[in-house]
Amino acid sequence: MKVEPWVVLSFCSVIFFIGLIGVLIRRNILIILMSIELMLNAVNLTFVTFSKQLQDLGGQMSVFFIMTVAAAESAVGLGLVIALFRTLRSVDTDDIRFLRE
Amino acid sequence: MDISPLFFYGLAGLAIACSFWVVFNRNPVSSAFSLVLVFFSFAGIYALLDAHLIATLQILVYAGAIMVLFIFVIMLLNADIPSFDLARSHLFVKCIAGFISVLLFGLFTWVFQKSPNSRALGPFTVEAIEASGGNTQVLSELLFSEYILPFELTSILLLAAIVGAVALAKRKLAGGRF
Repeated sequence: MKVEPWVVLSFCSVIFFIGLIGVLIRRNILIILMSIELMLNAVNLTFVTFSKQLQDLGGQMSVFFIMTVAAAESAVGLGLVIALFRTLRSVDTDDIRFLRE
Repeated sequence: MDISPLFFYGLAGLAIACSFWVVFNRNPVSSAFSLVLVFFSFAGIYALLDAHLIATLQILVYAGAIMVLFIFVIMLLNADIPSFDLARSHLFVKCIAGFISVLLFGLFTWVFQKSPNSRALGPFTVEAIEASGGNTQVLSELLFSEYILPFELTSILLLAAIVGAVALAKRKLAGGRF
């Protein structure tokens, strides 16, 4: 029994779409950030799988840079969450409606 | 690919179950801890795929740094109360999200399965990497030769992120709303 590359790639897309569903249906901003991390991880695993399949290390270098961007993104995102919580006393995206009023 | 099916399917099943738990759970703290499990199973799959440096970085950066940041913010904000936001989102939005996801997943799987592997293979076979000192050494040599410009640009990105995070999370600026 062998694991074909397309099985690993399909597994990546399962995780990616679970993350996408999380971004679309959740209103808690912390959970939305976690779902974005899930999606980034799925893409990283796709890069590593292709890197293994095509015997090219460019994919693993891309993962290296994506990890840096993800770390920066979550630091700034959580800074935004703290600023939001200080203003609204809530982490719910339904409460953000300064521009609507 | 010559990876162990037992370990791959075990880790993949764990990752899928835990990511469902992340998304459909009411308590942010247990979401965060299942996300840690997802990161660990991803690290296991990276190790199976011979990406040893990436597997280590996954544990250090994701399960170490990013998750500690998440849990720290949850505790700081006292946001570890159950949130019943799933019941509030419209059934229509849920159906559309599920439908689009299943459709696109089917499309992706079909494309991955059918697409011909016609690209020329690169020079980095398992034996070549072993001969030149292992995954970490080969990646480091690439990082400081071919990818030196993106590597240096990363430092500017990190500086901008530090300044941005401090400016956002700081106490009130004079007169400003935040």
